Amino acid sequence: MASDLETFPVRSGEDVVKARQVVRRLAMDVGFSLVEQTKIVTAASELARNTVIYGGGGEMRIERLYAGPKRTGLRLTFEDKGPGIADIDMALRDGFTTGNGLGLGLNGARKLSHEFDIWSKLGQGTRVTITRWK
Amino acid sequence: MDRVPILKLEDYLLVSIQVDMHDQLALTLQDDLTQKIVATRARAVLIDISALEMVDSFMGRMLGNIAAMSRILDAQTVVVGMRPAVAITLVELGLSLPGIRTALSVDAGLALLREAMARPDEPADGE
Repeated sequence: MASDLETFPVRSGEDVVKARQVVRRLAMDVGFSLVEQTKIVTAASELARNTVIYGGGGEMRIERLYAGPKRTGLRLTFEDKGPGIADIDMALRDGFTTGNGLGLGLNGARKLSHEFDIWSKLGQGTRVTITRWK
Repeated sequence: MDRVPILKLEDYLLVSIQVDMHDQLALTLQDDLTQKIVATRARAVLIDISALEMVDSFMGRMLGNIAAMSRILDAQTVVVGMRPAVAITLVELGLSLPGIRTALSVDAGLALLREAMARPDEPADGE
């Protein structure tokens, strides 16, 4: 499977907007429909915001995936070196938040993706990877 | 700092969101709108989101806050022009925007607001 990788900083509200724009452009590149583009852009927005608010900033890596002539996708990884998540199961529940949001961000991003992976360690940081196929 | 313009027309406040909003801009709009409702004694708020390419949980919460704050300040709110892809994504995200009145177009939104203002004794949004 071929892929390429680009990295972007996610440190501010403006970076969240930029992350959405980059993901939109690459989702168009790999041939996502308008609804598919909107889903992955929305997932990216949730995760980018988490990276800024809870992780204290970090980065987003984007891979365009080519697993066959008709199987393309996007894989996004958000990584921070923040405080980490104490209870991942709890963090994935709808309505759970330690901030002042709706608590829909992390699980919302999972629902909008085909593959979801989360790694977090207290005092070390958090890494969330989502993949959406065309 | 950037601001989303708020236009007053008769009893209405009109907002058309034309930029990809960062969170601070959304919070500023929320504050500006509530202040403007009081300052102008507007009875209704129409928010056009037809240019928005996505609405995530933060933006959804902001729209809900505006509707709730307006209601407490005796004004009705309607959100118009949501794109179909945005609606599909919102529902999949688990956000059904409870308490927010919506309409497909500005015309339909204005008609809804006119109707709501004519019957002020009815509970808003079917709650």
